[in-house]
Amino acid sequence: MSQFYTPFDHFALMPAIILALFGCAILLFDFLLPPDPKQCKLLMLLTVVGLVISGIGLWRQQTFLAASGNDVLIAFNGALTIDRFALFFNWVFEIASLIVVIVSYKYLDIEGEHHGEYYSLILFAQCGMFFLAAGTDLVTLFIGLELMALCFYVMVGFLRGEKRSNEAAIKYLLLGAFSSGFLVYGFSILYGLAGSTRLKDVEAAIAALDTWNPVVFLAVATTSVGLLFKISAVPFHMWAPDAYEGAPTTITAYLSVASKAASFAFLLRIFLGPLASARDAWQPLLAAVAIATMTIGNLAAVSQSNIKRLLAYSSISHAGYMLLGLIAGNDTGIQGIMVYILVYAFMNLGAFTVVIAMRRKGIIGEDLDDMAGLMYTSPGYAVLMLVFLLSLAGIPPTAGFLGKYYIFLSLIQTHHYVLAVIATLYVAVALYYYFRIVKTMFVGELAEKTAPATSFGLRLALGITGLLTLAIGIYPEPILRMTQGSILK
Amino acid sequence: MDQHLLSIVVFTPLAGFVILLLIPGSQKGLIKLWANLTAFAGFLVSLPLVTRFDRQAGGFQMVERADWIPTLGAKYLIGIDGISLLLVMLTTVIGFLAILSSWNAIEDRVKEYYAMFLIMQTAMIGVFVSLDFFLFYVFWELVLVPMYFIIGVWGGPRKLYAAIKFFLYTLAGSVLMLLGILTLYFRYHTQFGTYTFEIADLMKIDMPLGMQQWVFWAFFLGFAIKVPMFPFHTWLPDAHVEAPTAGSVILASVLLKMGTYGFIRFSLPLVPKASVDIKIVQILAVLSIIGIIYGALVSLMQQDWKKLVAYSSVSHLGFCTLGIFALNPNGIAGSVIQQINHGISTGMLFLIIGVVYERRHTREIAEYGGLAHVMPKYAVVFAIAMLSSAGLPLLNGFVGEFTILQGAFERSWVWAAFAVMGVILGAAYLLWLYQRTMLGQITNARNLHLPDLTPREFAVFVPLIIWAIWIGVYPKPYFEILEKPVQQLVERIRPDYYQGAVKAQAGVRGRPLSSSQADGDRARAITVHAGAAQ
Repeated sequence: MSQFYTPFDHFALMPAIILALFGCAILLFDFLLPPDPKQCKLLMLLTVVGLVISGIGLWRQQTFLAASGNDVLIAFNGALTIDRFALFFNWVFEIASLIVVIVSYKYLDIEGEHHGEYYSLILFAQCGMFFLAAGTDLVTLFIGLELMALCFYVMVGFLRGEKRSNEAAIKYLLLGAFSSGFLVYGFSILYGLAGSTRLKDVEAAIAALDTWNPVVFLAVATTSVGLLFKISAVPFHMWAPDAYEGAPTTITAYLSVASKAASFAFLLRIFLGPLASARDAWQPLLAAVAIATMTIGNLAAVSQSNIKRLLAYSSISHAGYMLLGLIAGNDTGIQGIMVYILVYAFMNLGAFTVVIAMRRKGIIGEDLDDMAGLMYTSPGYAVLMLVFLLSLAGIPPTAGFLGKYYIFLSLIQTHHYVLAVIATLYVAVALYYYFRIVKTMFVGELAEKTAPATSFGLRLALGITGLLTLAIGIYPEPILRMTQGSILK
Repeated sequence: MDQHLLSIVVFTPLAGFVILLLIPGSQKGLIKLWANLTAFAGFLVSLPLVTRFDRQAGGFQMVERADWIPTLGAKYLIGIDGISLLLVMLTTVIGFLAILSSWNAIEDRVKEYYAMFLIMQTAMIGVFVSLDFFLFYVFWELVLVPMYFIIGVWGGPRKLYAAIKFFLYTLAGSVLMLLGILTLYFRYHTQFGTYTFEIADLMKIDMPLGMQQWVFWAFFLGFAIKVPMFPFHTWLPDAHVEAPTAGSVILASVLLKMGTYGFIRFSLPLVPKASVDIKIVQILAVLSIIGIIYGALVSLMQQDWKKLVAYSSVSHLGFCTLGIFALNPNGIAGSVIQQINHGISTGMLFLIIGVVYERRHTREIAEYGGLAHVMPKYAVVFAIAMLSSAGLPLLNGFVGEFTILQGAFERSWVWAAFAVMGVILGAAYLLWLYQRTMLGQITNARNLHLPDLTPREFAVFVPLIIWAIWIGVYPKPYFEILEKPVQQLVERIRPDYYQGAVKAQAGVRGRPLSSSQADGDRARAITVHAGAAQ
């Protein structure tokens, strides 16, 4: 055993190793097996197995933390930290990946773009997310980010035959690369100030400096730009509606939930770690960004007629709400972000699953009008969609209310009354556009006689997300306990 | 069973809803029958509340308490006092009658229709019995969704506009109210170190006036939009005109009371300093008076029968809020009674409109005239409803308005003077409406062969008429039920009120010593008045 390696390192890394191995295995199988529609089913099952095994890895880490009485497991000399915070986010990724994988099968068949690498890309992306949530080193974090982002660039453009998808991918790639440049620039300054890439060391170095030191401010500003881009906050949101619209709907769902959750984990690690002492510098900045994000996201969503674009803008506005938790910055606020991300994962995946089901042979199913009269053809889908939309709007007793509840409470606790009032009023705006969908589904004239697509995977995904959206809303106690214990210390 | 009586009342409709879901949508008759049975059962299980309610005991009764979300300090805590008892009874009665009245009116998507009503029934009762602010908020918001669908799916031509307007208005108000709730919740935590949403606990908070005022206005927005008070009333005419008959009935009779109930249950006791703050009281009184007069004047001008009744609600609810902010026992007790009265009489008026609308599919007042000749029973029912709404002695409206006026007068004769104008205008638009639709010769040939009330339609009105006459002739039990809670409320907001009364007793004005005596006196006074008017 050298100082560079302990057996714990292995243990800490296991979920990511499993994901990467399964990703490679799927590529290999895809190459070796004869091209046959059946093999895709096999690959999908293999992906699910990989996810489950990496889930077992996470579970073992969880039980280890509980048994050891230690709150953290530090590996690779502090480059990787498995704490409850990291585990919480990894569970969110795990759920998101599983749901996306089981709904993808039917969708890709209909699109006629069923390829094995799709599944391996999902696994690799989740591997990147693992490092975003668990990394405590600037380089580790950056590599995790790029691994995730590269997979998404490819997945967004996965519908090779479709112009929109290609356009979305190239736009996302160019803007993403640009923002990564900013981020790396910021990181380089942080490294220059601290002489180390460990977040702990950087934190200490920044804390020793004056907040308004121009170099510190430059680091804060450039790092923020990179991070805000990833969570699609205004004014760095331009890529989101196009990427969301062009991407295969399954990937849109994945992008809006898992990528956003991972970016928030990353953002919290940076802002509550190295940049924590420069709070005075970034807090007003973030407040302005949060207001702009809620404003643009909500107001632009009102006039959308494409459901994916509408949900894209809605997801932008949700990022604004989550940012408010960071602005409040107390434990309630941070817990609020985590609760919000968890419930958002369920409700948004659910809503997108319904949109995915709208894609059926010969119908793109992305237009608001394609949902007209859904209540007549498939009442189950319509009612579940209603639950998801109510939850997105934050109406109790659905899960979405809890996220907003915590955010509002944290704002009140820290006396940000104006922000709180603005945030609450946008709830009404959001409800208006969510209910445009409800109106179309329940009152609109029946447009399509073709019933939406259905498969075991779709039904399972809807069942899980719908049930949890309601169950968490009615009895949130376990979830609240869990998030309370997972706050980043 | 006994200790869960209140829960049973709250969740009977919801249980009925779950079973309703199992009935296939094609069995329309069965669905209607089941929904009616459930609603009737909901009424029956609420009856023991009345018999077991102890009028002498103050505070909350039949309290049920269980942990719900310990992390947040939210509890499942329900209970009733006299005020909530009356409103719960109103809800179970009106809810059943509204469902009964829909038998022929709704033929489209029957299952969904009744499902919405049953969910709403649970939510509305829940609002009136919650003693935990979190629980209250959940029920409060839960009401919105079914009502949106009732207006939006089964409503008139502009139903979608009306439905979303209703939803957005109320939601905007209630999220701001949520901020007020959270402020109290957080203040309690700073002061006592634990988190709780329990109303009784939140009343212990010691808050400076400035903060109380902010919280008051946050609550105000939530409740005033619901009532609706001028200038937040604009959603009401739209929602009423477009909603199906039963939807209008529930909306007017029960939903609006959630706002006035909110003022009484939450605004006054939780932020007492702000509630008696002279500026706030004046603003509230002025808005109420504007509501009374404006609502009445606009009612006079309406060509649409339903819109007329809708605006009359604005006027009548103005009385209720004026009574509350008179901040004395007469005003508040009168306000609660008037809320029940408004539920009864306006509910009847909407049902009456529904009867002719089902026959003629128009609500233009000009389309009717002389209906009394072809529909004599109908004309009698309408007359009773109209007179009860106009406040004729021996009918319920009089008792409420009279007591509110007493309370308002005690506060300021100017308030009373304006409110009396509202009474006069109210009589004017209602009588004129009656004249235009019922009296004279039949002007429209299409009305010549309108059938009179069927037994089922008549059955819907009978309980309401009986109730209206009961309150009008013998209101004493109602005042008795309200005595304790109102006294406690007034003691809370104006601790010196009753002491002042003792001093006054010794002096010239002669205010009764105990309020039970006062109520006895008032009940006598009202009976005397009623007799004199005859």
